[in-house]
Amino acid sequence: MSTSTVGGTPAVHAAGRAPQPGLPAQFRNALTAEWIKLRSVRSTLWVLLLTVAVCVGFSVLQAIANTQRWDSMGPQERAHFHAASNSVAGVFFGQLIIGCLGVLAMSAEYTTGTIRATITATPQRVLAFLAKIGVFTVVAGIVAVFTTLTSFFVAQAIFSSKHADVGLTDGENLRVVLGAAVFLVGVALIGLGFAAVLRHTAGAVSSLFGILLVLPILMNFLPEDWANAIMKWLPLQLGLVMIRTGESNSNAFAPWTGMALLYGYAALALAAGAVLLVRRDA
Amino acid sequence: MIHIRGLTKRYGGTLAVDDLSFDVPPGVVTGFLGPNGAGKSTTMRAIVGLDRPTSGSVTVNGHRYQDLRAPLREVGSLLEARSVHPGRSAYNHLLFLARSNGLPKRRVEEVLELVGLRAVARKRAGGFSLGMGQRLGIAAALLGDPSTMIFDEPVNGLDPEGIIWVRNLMRSLAAEGRAVLVSSHLMAEMALTADRLVVIGKGRLIADTTVREVTEGAGGGRVLVRGADQLRLRSALEAAGGSVTDGAEGALLVEGLVAPRIGEVAHLADVVLHELTPQVASLEEAFMELTAGAVEFRAGAGRPASGAPGATTATGATAPTGATAPVRAVAGTGATSGTER
Repeated sequence: MSTSTVGGTPAVHAAGRAPQPGLPAQFRNALTAEWIKLRSVRSTLWVLLLTVAVCVGFSVLQAIANTQRWDSMGPQERAHFHAASNSVAGVFFGQLIIGCLGVLAMSAEYTTGTIRATITATPQRVLAFLAKIGVFTVVAGIVAVFTTLTSFFVAQAIFSSKHADVGLTDGENLRVVLGAAVFLVGVALIGLGFAAVLRHTAGAVSSLFGILLVLPILMNFLPEDWANAIMKWLPLQLGLVMIRTGESNSNAFAPWTGMALLYGYAALALAAGAVLLVRRDA
Repeated sequence: MIHIRGLTKRYGGTLAVDDLSFDVPPGVVTGFLGPNGAGKSTTMRAIVGLDRPTSGSVTVNGHRYQDLRAPLREVGSLLEARSVHPGRSAYNHLLFLARSNGLPKRRVEEVLELVGLRAVARKRAGGFSLGMGQRLGIAAALLGDPSTMIFDEPVNGLDPEGIIWVRNLMRSLAAEGRAVLVSSHLMAEMALTADRLVVIGKGRLIADTTVREVTEGAGGGRVLVRGADQLRLRSALEAAGGSVTDGAEGALLVEGLVAPRIGEVAHLADVVLHELTPQVASLEEAFMELTAGAVEFRAGAGRPASGAPGATTATGATAPTGATAPVRAVAGTGATSGTER
């Protein structure tokens, strides 16, 4: 191979001497780079497909169970049956998987060493991190909305055999279905923030599962008034409030207040990650 | 062009780089030499902003690396540590780097061609050999057609053909007017690649010099001579002002006369010459001589037992012209430092 062409074509030479891009152009470049990174690893697609499959799958199982029980349900029980809430119940399993994707999006940078390539190319580390968060949020958001909408419609198709199905725009249903998607993305962002702080896949995944699954179990071991005071702050509870309809619980945040809180947690984790990203040697 | 001034990097209690200052000028290959753990990688990581200096400054083309908005167009770097996702193809790895600096897709194809990875560009980088990984790293460094390039141990894991390729690449990059910094712990490699030499040990600057100065200095300006009539030759050389000692296998070692003058003296004395070899030490020997004075460095890294054989082997490989005497001198130094400990 020849080494005399290292300089490349004259056009590239010209690009090399071009003025440095401004901040907006640089952010656009960083967004493109993050999108290429996210789509060029097979695990992204697999984990996203798994998220859809698990969410929709569990919703279908739930819907089948509901319809089988339908005939033995009394009028009172049928009146309290929430066809929308039940149809998106799968997100409580799906949150674990999309949470892992959030972790991987960041931890893989560290476990594979890609972080060195990333911040050598974009030394403005916070900008690179924001680009990653932005691209990830959009991708996770699209998949999450697709997931909850699919769950909803598939479940309604099953409920329709008992004429128990509801429409997407009826009552609070749209809030439930979209809210469930927003919840999924919030959990994934917490995962991404944990990964930025901990820099290890296993550590970030166990921490995430700890607050999603272990903390709610822990509540059973606390005095009841303590548990009641703490419970409503937990991510799981914020998600439950989001997909519930009908009766309001005095010991819970309003759905969107709860979601704001969940995103506040995510913002805290991401901010901590950003501070450490800037402070630590890579 | 890289300016390093008073660079100091401390990791916890360890001082990795200690008040280091040197420049990497354009148009030449600057060899960055030092034993493992001397602080070469840390210095290079500081140049590209991966490590934040404890004190001191590093600038590239007059800017701090962190202030560059499209740094790949200014500085290309191949660092020692792996930085590629094994599940990502070589093409996509280069593509995300190119795009992050606003470089065209076409440039990715060009550098892949240049490093000879075109055929495997769409394969996952996890399946690459060490040598292919190095080529991918070099491709990434070339992406932005930068005026400054740094390579940390670029020949690691390459086969002989690859080593020659890298060597020629470094030289042609410098010939194009770029500033090239290449680190190695192999002195022989540096002798073949570099023009300038920056030698560090224990994070400190030991020498900022040229390959020529180092090798000539270490050779002591001696010339090895063999003639048909050694006795007549010896007296003629001594009469001409040379100081003559016995070399190996009946040869004469002449000091104080340059080779052309020795040839003239032999001609006038009517002695047929069989050999006339200026003594140029291999860079290994020169390096050992250079660092022999750096007591702290030798105390940490010098193992007298292994120092001398290492030098001898390297001598055989790089300077076959009977550099026996310098090797003995170096072996002696090693032994001395061993005794001191």
